Amino acid sequence: MRTVVRITERVVETPSTVTLRFPYGPAAAPGQFVMVWVPGDDELPMSLSYVDGPSRGVTVKAMGDTSRRILRLDAGQPIGVRGPYGRGFDLSARRLLAVAGGSGAAVLAPAAEAAVARGARVTVALGATTAAELLFGDRFRAMGAEVVEATDDGSAGVRGFVTGPADRLLAERSFDAVWTCGPEVMMLKVVGSARAHGVPAHCSVERHMKCALGMCDACALGPFHVCSDGPVFAADRLLSETEFGRFHRDPSGRRVPG
Amino acid sequence: MAELGVRLAGLELRNPFLLASGIWGESGVSLGGAWSAGAGGVITKSIGSVPRAGYPNPTIETYDRWGMLNAMGLPNPGIDEYPTEIAAARAAGAPVIGSIFGATPEEFAELARRMAATGVLALELNLSCPHAEGYGTEVGGTPEEVEAIVRAVSRAVRLPVLAKITPNSADPAGLAEAAERGGAAAVSAINTVRALAIDVRLRRPVLAHGLGGLSGSAIKPVGLACVWQIYERTRLPIVGVGGISRAEDALEYLMAGATALEVGTAIAFDGISVFGRLADGLARLLDELGIARAADAVGAAHPGGAAARPSR
Repeated sequence: MRTVVRITERVVETPSTVTLRFPYGPAAAPGQFVMVWVPGDDELPMSLSYVDGPSRGVTVKAMGDTSRRILRLDAGQPIGVRGPYGRGFDLSARRLLAVAGGSGAAVLAPAAEAAVARGARVTVALGATTAAELLFGDRFRAMGAEVVEATDDGSAGVRGFVTGPADRLLAERSFDAVWTCGPEVMMLKVVGSARAHGVPAHCSVERHMKCALGMCDACALGPFHVCSDGPVFAADRLLSETEFGRFHRDPSGRRVPG
Repeated sequence: MAELGVRLAGLELRNPFLLASGIWGESGVSLGGAWSAGAGGVITKSIGSVPRAGYPNPTIETYDRWGMLNAMGLPNPGIDEYPTEIAAARAAGAPVIGSIFGATPEEFAELARRMAATGVLALELNLSCPHAEGYGTEVGGTPEEVEAIVRAVSRAVRLPVLAKITPNSADPAGLAEAAERGGAAAVSAINTVRALAIDVRLRRPVLAHGLGGLSGSAIKPVGLACVWQIYERTRLPIVGVGGISRAEDALEYLMAGATALEVGTAIAFDGISVFGRLADGLARLLDELGIARAADAVGAAHPGGAAARPSR
């Protein structure tokens, strides 16, 4: 069942990213997602960027047509919400490295907050195309995390992909866990670095979704369903048991490379 | 322990519980997973001639545990690409039944030839999707249409043909009679019941497509009545479908006349392990009732049992 709620606040986070806040009751864990319905348009899975309290939130990046329309929604407009669904992050790590690419910070920020609240020391490698697109840098710093930035154009932090600083951090310091969310090629590289340094990694994975109930098979990934077994997975299982990084499925179920 | 193995249209199944079409059927690995979880066999997603994305979301609405409404819109990767998935399912050891949908008897026959070439053990014809323009109920809504499609497919392939019929008809058993005349080896009953949900705050249907199909516990009595009537009016083996989530549901369907069963919506509520629980539960229930074999329960609720079926 869906709950129709009204958006209470719209926050422009970066030129391409907007947070929508709304009241929603059911408890959620960091890393879980909700299905957000824009009446008359479509319904998409979105990780919660604000997971608790009376005001929840999703942080949306302009990707496809629907997400662009979601970005234009404003306070007062109704959306349908169902969930939360799936499995979130294991919050037991004490020394944590979070590696976020682009809108990946939307899911890692609330997870890092929860880890910090449990006493973890969190380091964040935060990447984006350009300085203005770095998402939730201030939010990570406010929770007490150390933030290392990387931009493709060098306008902030290290020039280049965030995978570079992530690999250096793994080489120089010791961590008990790596969390990563971002483009799949980026996560593959991060997982490679984590493995090379013997640190277990978890990835938040995105796939096309329809039912979100572990039934329709739209989000099949190897023997898993991203909606019910994920979206957070242990990287070892992704690499050994699934097509992660090699192909995904389009809405018809066809295999599409990448 | 009671014997759960059944024989359906020449197929030997280790238990009566088949994965219903449309569930866990886009990927061959998933089909194999349903088999590993204990299903007696798996039925693929309904496959058409070309890839089809299906309808936009929302495609689904749930009602606690008693039901689910969907209008997926027959998403499928198309018959050119799907054989890869069937190969993966077969590699996992699963007995695979291929489901197909078409707009005409000729399209069904061509899809049947191509599906048969993948090594599936039987075909199930989708004559009953309640929400796809030009397909499903729209081509399988009358006895004449059902008979023509089943005949075209039965002539095109040697495999057993299961006709999955709609309950959205004044006389579903009449559709089963037509399938029998057309040469079907079995009939699957029922597909979802045409249904609708409206959001009163938004004053609009919830599903993007508007109308959808209801599944789950809510439709079990409807499915049972269809199976009951089909048992009394045809000689076809019946695959019972609709609201099976517990062993008692399964035995009701067997006693109404079903030889095998399809399970779908229960997976959303209970996970894929429902197959193992259903098989264990049915064996225990049969033991408790002193029934030695699942096959012995088929039609047992009819006065006179198998004698209730029409003679040739």
